[in-house]
Amino acid sequence: MANEKFDVIVVGAGPSGNACAYTLASRGLSVLQLERGEYPGSKNVQGAILYADALEKVIPDFREDAPLERHIIEQRIWMMDDRSYCGAHYRSEDFNEEKPNRYTIIRAPFDKWFSKKVQASGALVICETTVLELVRNDANKVIGVRTDRQGDPIFADLVVLAEGVSGLVGARAGLRSIPKPETVALAVKEMHFLPRETIEARFNLQGDEGVVIEAAGTITKGMTGTGFIYTNKECISIGIGCLISDFTEKAHTPYGLLEAFKQHPSVKPLLAGSEVKEYAAHMIPEGGYKAIPQLFGDGWLIVGDAGQFVNAVHREGSNLAMTTGRIAAETIIDLKSRNAAMTANDLSVYKARLDESFVMKDLKKYKNLPRALENKHLFTTYPKLLSKAAQTWFRVDGVDKKAKENEIVKSFFRTRRVAGIIGDMLGMARAWR
Amino acid sequence: MSGETAVSEVPAVRVEDKLFQNRYLVDAGKPHITVTPHTVPSPRLLALTRICPAGCYSKADSGQVEITTDGCVECGTCRVVAEPYGEITWNYPRGGFGVLFKFG
Repeated sequence: MANEKFDVIVVGAGPSGNACAYTLASRGLSVLQLERGEYPGSKNVQGAILYADALEKVIPDFREDAPLERHIIEQRIWMMDDRSYCGAHYRSEDFNEEKPNRYTIIRAPFDKWFSKKVQASGALVICETTVLELVRNDANKVIGVRTDRQGDPIFADLVVLAEGVSGLVGARAGLRSIPKPETVALAVKEMHFLPRETIEARFNLQGDEGVVIEAAGTITKGMTGTGFIYTNKECISIGIGCLISDFTEKAHTPYGLLEAFKQHPSVKPLLAGSEVKEYAAHMIPEGGYKAIPQLFGDGWLIVGDAGQFVNAVHREGSNLAMTTGRIAAETIIDLKSRNAAMTANDLSVYKARLDESFVMKDLKKYKNLPRALENKHLFTTYPKLLSKAAQTWFRVDGVDKKAKENEIVKSFFRTRRVAGIIGDMLGMARAWR
Repeated sequence: MSGETAVSEVPAVRVEDKLFQNRYLVDAGKPHITVTPHTVPSPRLLALTRICPAGCYSKADSGQVEITTDGCVECGTCRVVAEPYGEITWNYPRGGFGVLFKFG
C-alpha cells in the first residue's frame, strides 16, 4: 500500500465519508477509506433518523437491503414543564407510502451495511486505522496522510476529511479550529429494549410504523437543548443534549439530566419494564451557518459534521452529511475528468455547488437562530406559561371563559412583561425569516 | 434550584452503572487523554468532573483533577472545553481500541 497512490483518500466511514467514497468508487476512481473503529459504525452515534431523499440520491434502491427500523408516520413535538407537556402532533396515513420519507435506524448496523456497499463499489476500506496527520509537499499542497498503522505516508491526489464533529486531523493541520463550546451540544443517549408488541401498543403503531418525539422545555434545566424519543423495531432510543457552554456553567451532569428526563411522568410509562443495553454520548454541531469552517484548500475537502453541517432547528444532520459527501464526490469526478490538479481554485466549485443546494440555503436561512436560542426564557419561562395556560383552559371549575382568557393573557405579561415578550418574539421572528 | 418541585431535581445516578452496558477494548497503559500536571485545577478542569458523560474526570484528595480513560465514550467534550487552553492532551485511542458501540 505504501507505494500505491490513490485518486482520493477518505478519512472516516460515517454517512458523509461513505456517501463520498461510494460515489467516487462507483464512477471508477481509486479510493482508500480509513476508519479508526473496529468496524464502520463502532464509533458513530446518532438518534437516529434517516432521511430517505439524501441516501436515495446516492443509492437509489437502498430500501432493498438496508437495515431500517421503522418508517415514521407520526411526529410529536413536546413543550415540557416538570409535570406536563403541551404538544403538537402530526400523524398521517400518507406516510404509509411505497417509498417512505423518513425512517428510524440504528447506526452500527446501518453503517456496516453502508460500508459493505462502499466496498462492493470498489473502494478499499481499512478499519482499525487512525489517521494521525496530513502530509504536504513543498508547495504546501496536501498529498496524503500518515496513520498509526505504518510509518510511511499514503499518497493521494486529494484527501476528503469526513472525520466527524471531533475530527483531529483537520484541526491539527490548522484547516479548522476545534469547535467552540457555544457551537456544539453534548447529547447522551440510551437504548431501551422492549418487545415490539409493547412498543406498538404504547405508541399506537402497526407493523413497521414509527413515532418520533422531539422535546424541549424545563427538561434541560434552563440550558439550551432538546430531548428525543425515537421508536425502533424492538427498542426505544432516548436522549437529551445541551450546549457545552451551558453545561460548563450549570451544576448538572449529562447522565443526571437523562435520568430526570426518563423519570418525567409523561415519559416514564413509555419506558416501563425496558432493558437498557447501551449508553452513548456524542457532540452535535449547533453553530449553523456562521460556524462553518473553510471547506476546501489545495488537496483537501471537508464534508459532514466536520464542516458543522447540521440544521439544528429541523434536527437534520445525517442527510446534510450524505449530501455534502455526494456533492464533494461529484465535484471531484468532474475535476478528475479534466485532469485538474485539485488546487483550492479547482475545488472552490464544491463550495459553489453547496451554495446552490438546500444544504447552504437552509443553514443560511437560520444563520441567526443559534443566537436567538440563547434566550433561556424559551426553555424555562415559556414552557411553564404554556402549561399553565393549557391547564387553565381545560380545567372546568366554574370560572367563566372570559375570566380564564384574561387570566392566561395576564400570566404571560406578569411573568415576562410586554417589552420582554415583544423582544422574545422579534428575536425569534428575525432568526426565522 | 430552590423553589422548584422535586421532579425538577436531577436524580442521583451512578454513571458506572450505565457504562457497564458498553463494550470496550481498553488499550492498557496507553490512555488517549492526559491531564496536564497542575497544582490548582482551573474552573474548566473542575467543570469536566461534572460534564464528562462517562465520569472519567475526578478530583483527587490532593485537589488536582485526574482522568481515567477506560470508560471514555470518545465524545470530544473535554477536548472542546480544555484542549485549547493546554489543560489536557487529547488523542483518539489507537485504531481498533476504545469504545465499541453495538448500536450507536
